[in-house]
Amino acid sequence: MTELYAWGAIGLIILASTAGDVLLAYSMKRVGDVGELWRERGTLTVLGRVLATPTFALGITAMAIAFYSLLFGLSWGNLSLVVPASTSLTFVANAVAARIFLHERVSRRRWIAALLVGAGVILMAL
Amino acid sequence: MTIQKYLVLAGITVFATAGDALLARGMKELGGVSLQHLSGLLLAILNPSVAGGILLLIAFFACYVSALSWADLTYVLPATSSGYVFVALTAHFAFHEVISPTRWLGITLITAGVGFVAAGPSLTPVPHIESRSAVSNEVKS
Repeated sequence: MTELYAWGAIGLIILASTAGDVLLAYSMKRVGDVGELWRERGTLTVLGRVLATPTFALGITAMAIAFYSLLFGLSWGNLSLVVPASTSLTFVANAVAARIFLHERVSRRRWIAALLVGAGVILMAL
Repeated sequence: MTIQKYLVLAGITVFATAGDALLARGMKELGGVSLQHLSGLLLAILNPSVAGGILLLIAFFACYVSALSWADLTYVLPATSSGYVFVALTAHFAFHEVISPTRWLGITLITAGVGFVAAGPSLTPVPHIESRSAVSNEVKS
């Protein structure tokens, strides 16, 4: 039963953090290279621009849901199962989501990496 | 890719791994959190290990969004996931969690995937979203 809870938490982490990652990546691409922005305009401009991006707050909300799911998961399952299983399946989900929503060029190199990670996750769950 | 950018990527890995490990230690100290006692989850922040873990995860987050401003999501995630190996080693040596040979093989495959992606370009060359700061988003790999 505890294991079922742990996997439920893992599922929730994947959904929430994929949504969060895509929203954050979208927001930060709109803000632009923060390193250059920081050198040219300073910290306040960087913070202002980031916080003024509405999708950033949405991304944070999704991340918060993922974070509390992680706390639940860690109290029920082993660190070496919950963390790698959820984060690397998130990685596969992110490759798909980044291609669809962010129009990133997911090359063959990146797809092979996604499959390797997916296979690795299945092995870890056995 | 400059040295500073590689340092930001390294920061993502180190802070995330150390943060997760501290969180895990804190939550193990507190025991199982049940759905009937949700307040236990909010009070978990008072545990020093949980608090320390959260601070480290804030540092991770700063590095992470910074990296997302100049690299693809599908580059940042795999390029920084050597943390899986660190998590497994931490779990094994610090918390004495047993890791079976099958799991070790899984960790190896994941690591191979990471290496595969990290060698590629960090940013999709087509400027699909207009950047407000008009930074030249060329492939710098």
